[in-house]
Amino acid sequence: MTTGAGPADAGCHQPVIELEDVSFAYERRPVIEHLNFTVRERDFALLTGPNGAGKTTLLKLIVGLLEPDAGEIRLFGEPARRFRRRERIGYVPQKSAFNPLFPATVREVVLSGLYGRHRLFRRLTKEDYRRAEDAMHALGIADLAGKRIGMLSGGQQQRVFLARALVNNPGLLILDEPTVGIDAETQESFYHLIRHMHRHHNITFLMVSHDRDRLGDYLEGEPAAVAGRLKFYVRHSHDRTDCGETDLTHSLRAYRREADEPALVR
Amino acid sequence: MDLLTMEFFRRALIGGALIAASGPLLGLFLVLRRLSMIGDTLSHVSVAGVAAGYLLGLGSPAAGGMAAALLASLAVERLRRAYKTYAELSIAILMAGGIALASLLFSLDRGFGVNITSYLFGSIYTLNDADLTAIAAVTAVVLAAVALQYKEWFLMTFDEDAAAVGGLPVRALNLGMSVLTALVIGVSIKIVGALLVSALLTIPAACGLLAARSFRQSALLAVGVAEAAMLAGLLAAGFWNLAPGATVVLLLIAVLLATLIFRRRPRL
Repeated sequence: MTTGAGPADAGCHQPVIELEDVSFAYERRPVIEHLNFTVRERDFALLTGPNGAGKTTLLKLIVGLLEPDAGEIRLFGEPARRFRRRERIGYVPQKSAFNPLFPATVREVVLSGLYGRHRLFRRLTKEDYRRAEDAMHALGIADLAGKRIGMLSGGQQQRVFLARALVNNPGLLILDEPTVGIDAETQESFYHLIRHMHRHHNITFLMVSHDRDRLGDYLEGEPAAVAGRLKFYVRHSHDRTDCGETDLTHSLRAYRREADEPALVR
Repeated sequence: MDLLTMEFFRRALIGGALIAASGPLLGLFLVLRRLSMIGDTLSHVSVAGVAAGYLLGLGSPAAGGMAAALLASLAVERLRRAYKTYAELSIAILMAGGIALASLLFSLDRGFGVNITSYLFGSIYTLNDADLTAIAAVTAVVLAAVALQYKEWFLMTFDEDAAAVGGLPVRALNLGMSVLTALVIGVSIKIVGALLVSALLTIPAACGLLAARSFRQSALLAVGVAEAAMLAGLLAAGFWNLAPGATVVLLLIAVLLATLIFRRRPRL
């Protein structure tokens, strides 16, 4: 079922997501069969496939919400089901997943990115609040902080969820069909931002989408792995990367500076 | 006003004020999680528990009601997971089953000395020390839970998937919320009655959703509206000799209508 594994030029980059001979079935209907794939540090991985091909299922398996029937899934080298450093994962949900009438401000939503297990029963610190302000500023939504989330445009909401995902400074950013229901122009600027982040920051991306048209030439032509109707495309951010990579700006402060250059974030 | 000097009326005010803080607070989370009907379900089942309590000769029939509400809340949580897209189906079945069982049990024995209507419509003027203690304890637990887990409940309510990806113990949090709901309903029944209990959970939350901008604001608004309606309703009911539970609920609905009419236009 599977052709190819991770990118050959893995080199010094640590695996972030490892799928080893993973199979999963709902009842008796197999959804994923013998899938092998590795996403390494600073890869941009795109998972595509038609509706019903198992994209969402695979995403749930990867983040540890489901357990594979066979095979093994590791996150940052640890088994996904037992992976504890959850703050290393940023998650951007499908737009349709939230109730537009929910009474929450942009600030409240962005802060909720910090509400994972490592802050269970802890109060937010001043530093936490500052990070949320930084994330909003970086994505150009600082002036919307007090607005109700449902009153924003689709593109603005998308940035709010991106800010929420980035507030923990994650090593892995998972985007689940982030552009469904968003107009073409907004999508364009969203992908511009995503590509920029991939090139300049130490973040590994896993994006789920039913088509790859919008990313165009950014991804290599042939899928790096195929399993059933699921396809993985990968691009590694070669341009600035060597194994040292200590000079990579990996902080929200850096996003913030970039956001102040209007050419980069529209 | 000599109404306020009367012991039974003061107890009613205290009990009402306590439940008007915990009920709407919990209700806001329930409404936003599309579980508005859970109040109705649990309260109907708990009336059956009260009847069973009488039949079995338990010292406190209210304890029977509380136990039934707890069992029902666990059942709802279980069914909610089993029939994800038909959550309201399990709620409808439990609700019908609860009220049917209650009627049947009450008809088995006419020697209860207590009319079923006092549980359906509330009997706030008969609150005793044990009732008030139970209400105060449940309110304290709810307020403490919200204070301790505000962050986690917010994320669970806003985006359950993100909560799970973030590693929150989603199941335990859901269970905790269900149990607290059962407790609140168990102690509220004597105040507003099984038929009106869910109004106390949902209508203040509905006002908060309409008028508030932030989540924090809607929680405060829900509690504020409920407190005002509870105190004004009880006073009005005492003064003009009206049914207290019904007066409170109708006042809540009046506030909701006023909110709908006068709310600020949404602005960007």
